[in-house]
Amino acid sequence: MSEAATRPTVEQVWDWLRAVPDPEIPVISVVDLGIVREVRWEDDALVVAVTPTYSGCPANGVIALAIEGALLERGMPRVRLERRLSPPWTTDWMSAQGREQLRQFGIAPPPEATIPLSPLDRFARKPAPVACPRCGSADTARISAFGSTPCKAQYRCQACLEPFDHFKCI
Amino acid sequence: MPLFEYLLRLGDNGLILGHRVSEWCGHGPILEEDLALANVALDLLGQAKLWLGLAAEVEGAGRDADKLAFLRDTGEFRNALLVEQKNGDFAFTMVRQFFFDAWHYLALDALRASAEPRIAEIAAKAVKEVAYHLERSRDWMVRLGDGTDESHRRAQKAVTILWPFTGELFEADAVEQALIQSGVAADPAVLRQPWHDVVAATMDEATLTLPESQWMQRGGRTGRHTEHLGYLLAEMQFLQRAYPGATW
Repeated sequence: MSEAATRPTVEQVWDWLRAVPDPEIPVISVVDLGIVREVRWEDDALVVAVTPTYSGCPANGVIALAIEGALLERGMPRVRLERRLSPPWTTDWMSAQGREQLRQFGIAPPPEATIPLSPLDRFARKPAPVACPRCGSADTARISAFGSTPCKAQYRCQACLEPFDHFKCI
Repeated sequence: MPLFEYLLRLGDNGLILGHRVSEWCGHGPILEEDLALANVALDLLGQAKLWLGLAAEVEGAGRDADKLAFLRDTGEFRNALLVEQKNGDFAFTMVRQFFFDAWHYLALDALRASAEPRIAEIAAKAVKEVAYHLERSRDWMVRLGDGTDESHRRAQKAVTILWPFTGELFEADAVEQALIQSGVAADPAVLRQPWHDVVAATMDEATLTLPESQWMQRGGRTGRHTEHLGYLLAEMQFLQRAYPGATW
């Protein structure tokens, strides 16, 4: 049997990656987070293109190791990770399932569509209301646009008074 | 090599300001601000790694981002004088950040259209992060300027001291002129008016006043720095200088 016939399909590899959790927020997989951009075979090497979430996120290195480790564990002889900067990651690429998993974990997911960037627009607009992941109330307040990881902001629910994280839109 | 020089300017701004802001880690006035400062520092250092990595690649002399960060002396750094100024109090740090963020956002936004695709892709990535930096530092201008008498006094003092360091952000020398012609670099002169619009509107809302003097400091981008950079490098580079090649 030729090697091409025994090696797993690209779809199979995507399924495996759906089981690789994000190291910082393990309730969501690297695929549902939208950072795996391409899987392809190059001769006998499995190439996975990954885009970083934030430029300086310390998880970037750990994510690469986790993906490589998971694929080597599946018996892939050669795995090569490709860093892909462009187009830049956006929270629009997060799957519906990923958003629901975040919400159940207590992190308010990002809104569906990214707000276009312009500093003056940003100053003028009121941020879209973020629903409390615990009680569902839209009566929430932003405490800080920055949180315990680069991808999160800190909010407080005015109805149930619980503080919570919001996976911010980028 | 103009492209190498230009990339050093972009990278060194992020590296030096990122290091400065990281000095706040564990010393922030409140927990949320400590986290925010650390996050901004992290973004800037991550961006610096991308710029300096590309600079090293363009140079082709076997250096990498780490070697450029840890094994150059003050005269070889190309950051603007603004970003190496000491942290001072919280108001001073935030005014420095706001002046820089407003320029940084506009510069990156323009660089998204760079004729050099590797510059365009880093800019497109970084501008999304910097939009959050600018939103925050701009909010703090208003909060501090239009806050208590004490916060207003401190913010106004910082504006007055830091203002002369903003001029060189908008000057293009021979290194940049050629790159502007070929569409690789963003023309800093074009950024001046939009920057001034954002800054003036914010100062107005913050009840702060921009100094009338147009006398400006310059020198950072040709390696002529204020006395503060040497001390910063002494701390940042100590380990690699004392134990060359150390890894962990």
